[in-house]
Amino acid sequence: MSNTRFAIIALLVGAVLAVACQFIQNDYFFNAAYTVLLYAILSTAWNILGGYTGYVNFGTAAFFAIGVYSSIVLYKAFHLPLGLLIMAGTVIAGVAGIGLGYLTLRLRGHFFAIATLALAVMLFTFVTNWDYAGGARGAYVLVPREVPFGFPRYIRYLFTVMVGLTVLAIIVARMIERSRLGQGLAAIRDDELAAECAGVPTLRLKLIATALSGGMMGLAGTTFPFFISFVEPVGAFDLRYAVNAIAMPVIGGMTTWLGPLLGAVLLGTVQQLVQVTISSAWNLLIVGVLLVGFVTLAPEGIMGWVLAWRARRSKPT
Amino acid sequence: MEITFPLVANAVIAGLLLGGFYAAVSVGVAISFGMLDVVNIAHPAFIILGAYIAFTLNAWLGIDPIVCAVAVSPLFFLLGAGLYRIYHAAFESRGRGALPGLAFFFGILFITEVVLILIFGVDYRMVKTSYSELSLHAGSIDFAFRLIVPFVVSVIMVVALHLYLKHTFFGRAVLAVAQDPLALRLMGVNPVRVREVAFALSIATAGIAGAFLIVIQPVQPSIGREYIGLVFAVCVLGGLGSVYGTLVGALILGLAETFTATFFGPSWSPAVSFGLLLLALAFKPTGLFGR
Repeated sequence: MSNTRFAIIALLVGAVLAVACQFIQNDYFFNAAYTVLLYAILSTAWNILGGYTGYVNFGTAAFFAIGVYSSIVLYKAFHLPLGLLIMAGTVIAGVAGIGLGYLTLRLRGHFFAIATLALAVMLFTFVTNWDYAGGARGAYVLVPREVPFGFPRYIRYLFTVMVGLTVLAIIVARMIERSRLGQGLAAIRDDELAAECAGVPTLRLKLIATALSGGMMGLAGTTFPFFISFVEPVGAFDLRYAVNAIAMPVIGGMTTWLGPLLGAVLLGTVQQLVQVTISSAWNLLIVGVLLVGFVTLAPEGIMGWVLAWRARRSKPT
Repeated sequence: MEITFPLVANAVIAGLLLGGFYAAVSVGVAISFGMLDVVNIAHPAFIILGAYIAFTLNAWLGIDPIVCAVAVSPLFFLLGAGLYRIYHAAFESRGRGALPGLAFFFGILFITEVVLILIFGVDYRMVKTSYSELSLHAGSIDFAFRLIVPFVVSVIMVVALHLYLKHTFFGRAVLAVAQDPLALRLMGVNPVRVREVAFALSIATAGIAGAFLIVIQPVQPSIGREYIGLVFAVCVLGGLGSVYGTLVGALILGLAETFTATFFGPSWSPAVSFGLLLLALAFKPTGLFGR
């Protein structure tokens, strides 16, 4: 299927979903669905670097928080509309990705992973000490009184925006997967040295992937202040974003765009249910156990099972 | 702020004492990451686990936490051996490289943290020892015993590890497995077995370092993450895989942190270790003593 056709279908599916959901009466549904979509974007973003390229990023929360805090600061300073805030946060997080990548991507892969952890703690310390953005006490963001486009509640509007952003993220991820860039990234994942020898410009491709992945994580964060309306650093840099962004692609399957989406919808929904019915500590434990279980026992994820099953069926017996 | 001699001298002393403790925290990673190439980012989680075990035994039996930790270190050794077996079976033996292993250890870190939260809650826990409140005074300079005792035991542990690795057959086998596992196999030594014991040793040091931690400061399940940057910064600064280099790196980091806390405020000190790590990775990834 060509990129254009896929994009049109994805947009149509997104639009139908968004419209159909407006008939749901319960506003809590939109809270839960917003969170699941947030995870879908984060894990799709993580997978561009983690799944396609084979570089593990533990700093999802850092890039996410860049998006969150760029929105807070720009909204406080200039009262920019949501559309511009989304673009600004994406660009800033993407540039941060290039910066971090430039410093550490020339080293072996696990140094990059450790550096992403370092980035999260450094940014956390910086934000905690930054009074304009609320500092350690946190910042309130007042949701605009008039909801655009005649939505009855602001959360319904945010949810619809989030559906659009998720569709966008998925289209970008699939485009990368099928492009020369994606082939280069896959070559790096399989054998970086061989790729370099074969003339693949590994550093440049890795930088592009880091920028796209980081920018997309920032994108996921830009609408978050309006969703939560009170942001403090501990919440914005919560390790659960980093863990989920890794666990969801690992569980879904890391080689295609469908894997992270599948993982996010499954694991995100389970977490929403467990959080309501049991407790949030237990739901984090479930994520951790599933992550370790899948990465040791089923590294191909759910998509791996599906592909193996399809291969068995199509084989003439 | 006015810079006075007692202020600087106290910062130097506190920094060096803290650095000794950081050496105990990092020496396990110098072995697992530096020598075995196992990127165990869950190392700090085992330190926190050690801290909580020392806390529980201390509250239950009233024994000094450091004595408790040394007594339970064989359990940590077994835990490490078991963990390495899983890691080896799932990743190394299938040639899956270090990167999926990173996700594995990240999950272990997370599970340990959440389990500790479920058992102990998110309150800060601390222990009281006979020397917690005592300190030596030399003029206007203070030496707090809650820092001196962990410092002394840490340095003993690090020096002992160094001597063990340099001068025993097994220790040399560990150094050899880092350089050339095939040659080791030709000598009739099983490299997997050597790596297993070395990794187990590294986890045992984490258990002991946990007791130092809870003597020095109150502990809460999620503070382990702050030590991830620290341990890797120390190891990279010290040159990977060198035990004495780790000690030097740890002292540098201890000094850098106390100076930052003294002159800029404690809220900035978490950024120091990670900042130094990023700088080291960007400009001198082979460490201060690396070739």
